Amino acid sequence: MTATTAARDGGFRIKALISRIALYVAAYLILAFIVVPVLFAILGGFRTTAQIAADPTGLPNPWVFTSYQATLALPAFWRQMFNSTLIALISTALVLPVASLAAFVIARYRFRGREGFYTLFTLGLLFPVAVAIIPLFIVLRQIGMLNNPLGIALAQAAFALPLSIVILRPFLRSIPRDLEDAAAIDGCTTLRFYWSVILPLSRPALATVAILTIVTSWNAFLLPLLVLIQPEQWTLPIGVNNISAQYTSDTARVLAYTSLSIIPALFFYFLTERQIVRGLTAGSLKG
Amino acid sequence: MTTETEAPQGTARRGFTGASGTAPWLVIAAFLLPALALYGLFVIYPISQSIRYSVFNWNGLEALTNFVGLENFRTAFTDPLFLEAMRHNAIIIGLSLIFQIPFALAVAVMLNQNLRARGMLRLFFFAPYILSEVVTGVVFRQILRPDGFVDQTLSAAGGESLVQTWFGDPTIVLYTVFFVISWKYFGFHMILLLAGLQLIPVELDEAASIDGATWWQHFRYVTLPLIGPTLRVSVFLSIIGSIQLFDLVWVMTKGGPVNASSTMATYLVDWAFRRSQFGYASAVSVIIFVASLVVALFYNRFVLKRDLEGALTG
Repeated sequence: MTATTAARDGGFRIKALISRIALYVAAYLILAFIVVPVLFAILGGFRTTAQIAADPTGLPNPWVFTSYQATLALPAFWRQMFNSTLIALISTALVLPVASLAAFVIARYRFRGREGFYTLFTLGLLFPVAVAIIPLFIVLRQIGMLNNPLGIALAQAAFALPLSIVILRPFLRSIPRDLEDAAAIDGCTTLRFYWSVILPLSRPALATVAILTIVTSWNAFLLPLLVLIQPEQWTLPIGVNNISAQYTSDTARVLAYTSLSIIPALFFYFLTERQIVRGLTAGSLKG
Repeated sequence: MTTETEAPQGTARRGFTGASGTAPWLVIAAFLLPALALYGLFVIYPISQSIRYSVFNWNGLEALTNFVGLENFRTAFTDPLFLEAMRHNAIIIGLSLIFQIPFALAVAVMLNQNLRARGMLRLFFFAPYILSEVVTGVVFRQILRPDGFVDQTLSAAGGESLVQTWFGDPTIVLYTVFFVISWKYFGFHMILLLAGLQLIPVELDEAASIDGATWWQHFRYVTLPLIGPTLRVSVFLSIIGSIQLFDLVWVMTKGGPVNASSTMATYLVDWAFRRSQFGYASAVSVIIFVASLVVALFYNRFVLKRDLEGALTG
């Protein structure tokens, strides 16, 4: 009797062990599937185009630094880095006050048409820039903002409003109402209450909104592609796309340029992953 | 739909929800104004203008005088190339629902186990989502070029017969594009589904294992029903994303070769900015807009019901 139980336990344990090993093998295969393309790009930048052509799967041997050095010496690369950063910062500086002011009253005050306004903003989640691109282009042309980083930033901020308001509303709603009563007794105006109570308390949600806006802006392609016609105004995605189209035969150069454009994004991601995940899940699931 | 989350007046919970205040309407208007102005000028006005342009034959420069009624829409729906682009969007939707979402669910279930280095795995699996479409497209063009990394790896592993001209073969290119889409976006669905899985009460998992449920029974009768709402959100976002697919395709193939990987959005940009047919292209943008709206309304009415609880459609 004890013998059979032991045998069954042993069998069970071996089975559990096997499924556990299978789990880890699967996990690390997927990890390789994700990491290999990125490593290919980064390591490819340390090889010559001839090396890559001769053996696409090889490692750098010897390590060649010329492609990275050449990219880092390009004024165009740094200008694009600067333009991307500038547009991301302006977009964020616009979204934070505009979205939080609107989300504040929508979350905390009762007024006619409140749900209508909220629905209007959330409908924007359905529409990417592509659907409105033609008139958007024409609007920017009319107000003289083609080739102007501010034009891109304004449009991107507008398209970032829906997700930002969806993220901010439940957060602002959950701030205790007692604080408001206390503030009212102290003779605090609505604006004052927003500024000195709500804003400091909603820092985590505001950080999430800022991070998502920066990532979206940093990656934006269609609008900058159509609106920023002069090369001096290009952002990194436009630059990478252009280098890739222009130097089709110089793989090493394309990979070095691309890898260098990834680094700030990856660095930023590793710092802020938690907020990005929280923001996106809150924006899509019940907040 | 959102009224149910409002503060119940006079109950004990009142102190913890702040949704019932009042303020002078002037103050409220002043707070809403910046958002309405920005949103109105750069989102609502352009979309409404698209509808207006769509009934004109217009090159984007001259005055809007050549009114053509619904002619642009008739042209679109009879142009084999537009129908082809629509078909490609539909194929991407189908493939996403059959392969990408189940894969994302499998990975989410895997990461919901007590794995070592789970946080690290999640960090990496989600990373492609924040890489730009341009970077992703450019890197995969290099990896999948003829006799490149993938071809050589396949050959080395004895799979020479699997080697294809990934971006050059019109019968293959759409599937190549779908593969890259999955690489980039499965992490997003994984994150959503993982968040949904973590909402499942531990007691249910324990009860199932005490009752001696097999792994499959556990998944089928505990996990799947409870992940249902999240799964439906994931499916919805995947459909909407596939309808509007543009950046990745444009960077990798521009819709080619010979329109074999075109989508409605690449067709639109092609007609607007290469051929300056802004009126016609606006009609295409209205079609994309209406398709998204119809999916959203249909989904909201018949599938999501209360799942979203105001998160997406108010």
